[in-house]
Amino acid sequence: MLTLRHLSKSYVPGKPVLQDIDLDIAARGITAVIGPSGTGKSTLIRCINRLVEPTAGEILFDGADLARLSGAALRHARRHIGMVFQEYNLVERLTVMENLLCGRLGYVGAWKAWRRKFPPEDIRRAFELLDVVGLAGFAHRRADALSGGQRQRVGIARAVMQEPKLLLADEPTSSLDPKTSVEIMQLLADVARSRGIPVLINMHAVALGKRFADRIVGMSGGRIVFDGPPANLSDDVLKQIYGGEDWLDE
Amino acid sequence: MSSPIRALPPADDPFPRAWWPRVTMVLVAVYVVYACAQLDVSWERVQTGLANAAHFFGRLFPPNFTRWELLLKGLLESLQIAVLASTLGIALALPLGLLGARNLMPAWVSWPARAIVVVARSLHPVIVAILFVKAVGFGALAGILALTVASVGFIGKLFTEAIEEISLKQVEAVRATGAPFFSVLGYGVLPQVFSRFIGFATYQLDSNLRNSTMVGIVGAGGIGGTLFAAFQRFDYDFVCAILIAIISLIMLGELFATAVRAIFIGNATLADLFRRGAGGRRDRLVEDD
Repeated sequence: MLTLRHLSKSYVPGKPVLQDIDLDIAARGITAVIGPSGTGKSTLIRCINRLVEPTAGEILFDGADLARLSGAALRHARRHIGMVFQEYNLVERLTVMENLLCGRLGYVGAWKAWRRKFPPEDIRRAFELLDVVGLAGFAHRRADALSGGQRQRVGIARAVMQEPKLLLADEPTSSLDPKTSVEIMQLLADVARSRGIPVLINMHAVALGKRFADRIVGMSGGRIVFDGPPANLSDDVLKQIYGGEDWLDE
Repeated sequence: MSSPIRALPPADDPFPRAWWPRVTMVLVAVYVVYACAQLDVSWERVQTGLANAAHFFGRLFPPNFTRWELLLKGLLESLQIAVLASTLGIALALPLGLLGARNLMPAWVSWPARAIVVVARSLHPVIVAILFVKAVGFGALAGILALTVASVGFIGKLFTEAIEEISLKQVEAVRATGAPFFSVLGYGVLPQVFSRFIGFATYQLDSNLRNSTMVGIVGAGGIGGTLFAAFQRFDYDFVCAILIAIISLIMLGELFATAVRAIFIGNATLADLFRRGAGGRRDRLVEDD
């Protein structure tokens, strides 16, 4: 489904953040990327939809190498990749409905989008999705009037509006309280299962990753140092990923 | 005897003496005295000036509205100049302001756009009006063109700055959906700057109204020409009538601008304008900024 080959990224020449990453993501299931801060988890996720330009390597997705696309071809590829952000990244001044319809901007012409002329089918799906994420009746609220958990639900709904073939989530629960975090992870898991799409999540909370992911990828120093099912994530492996051991005594 | 605090080395002084601001203040004071001496500003001058002023203000009253037709014609022309110049200026400043935003545009686009805006801002509207009077002749057209240039300079700069302050996270999210450039503008950028833009535009209309009463002094149309002629003929009571009319026009413009903001920004209804105190209303507008 998604294959990364020798993916590298250096923001400053000679100081690589990602080094020679090889990763295969299966057609379904949740993959959690864990690792210490600053180890390139966000960069990895952002390279996939080219919000960050990779320095070298291949990103094979849907029969094309995303790393080589540009212009309209890149935009068309992005339509099939939904993304959920740590700080939700909703357009604050727009309504919940307009934020959801942002997910259709890759399919609707700019002139129509400016005049809010979306196909009735898109609007019907948007209302349906609001129901699914538990925000029925919020369509006309402005995004800046919502709580963090509600915003992230809108963020997920916006990504799902794209009808994505792959869902990326960049620390989707790091700005949320523990209870809301579990609810948001549950929602992502439901979306992954009901739509049969793979989800790639990077996260800080190891426990959440173990609970919801089918596969854990551990990163340290810009490299993948662990790849396996959550059950194999032993204390020794965690020590290898995060370094030290004092923090494990919980 | 010696307390631990006194024993601190000088580098640990909690309030280091800032010498440069003090030196600057002294220099400014010295220059003010020097400039007064150079320009022959003395107390005797002020005294004779005050006597003159009393005489002049005495002749202003009562205002004379007998030539109200001339007055009205001038006012309407000023109003037309202001509205046309604002419309044209905003229409030109929008794309220029967008092109000048360095966070959205490459340098080879933003620098020329910024250069145009800087040139439009650099000359006072009266000087620009004189240039246009020479170029296109006496009358309202010169005034419209001069104030259009002023509007481009003002709104273009503020709009560029507003766009450069937006949150790029919201833009990034819209880009990530595969949206084309103009959709990113419409959904990621414009919603973030729209209310501020309405603020700039109404402020510019207000400013153009004031300036449109002045460009007539150099022959660029509007009430200013009438005012200047009345001054030269020492018709001070007519001058007073014109000044009262201008003040009324500006106040009406202010009311209109507030109404426009309320309608477009949408956090106050027209009824609120009359119900609420000015303070409460301002708070809400600022909160939405």
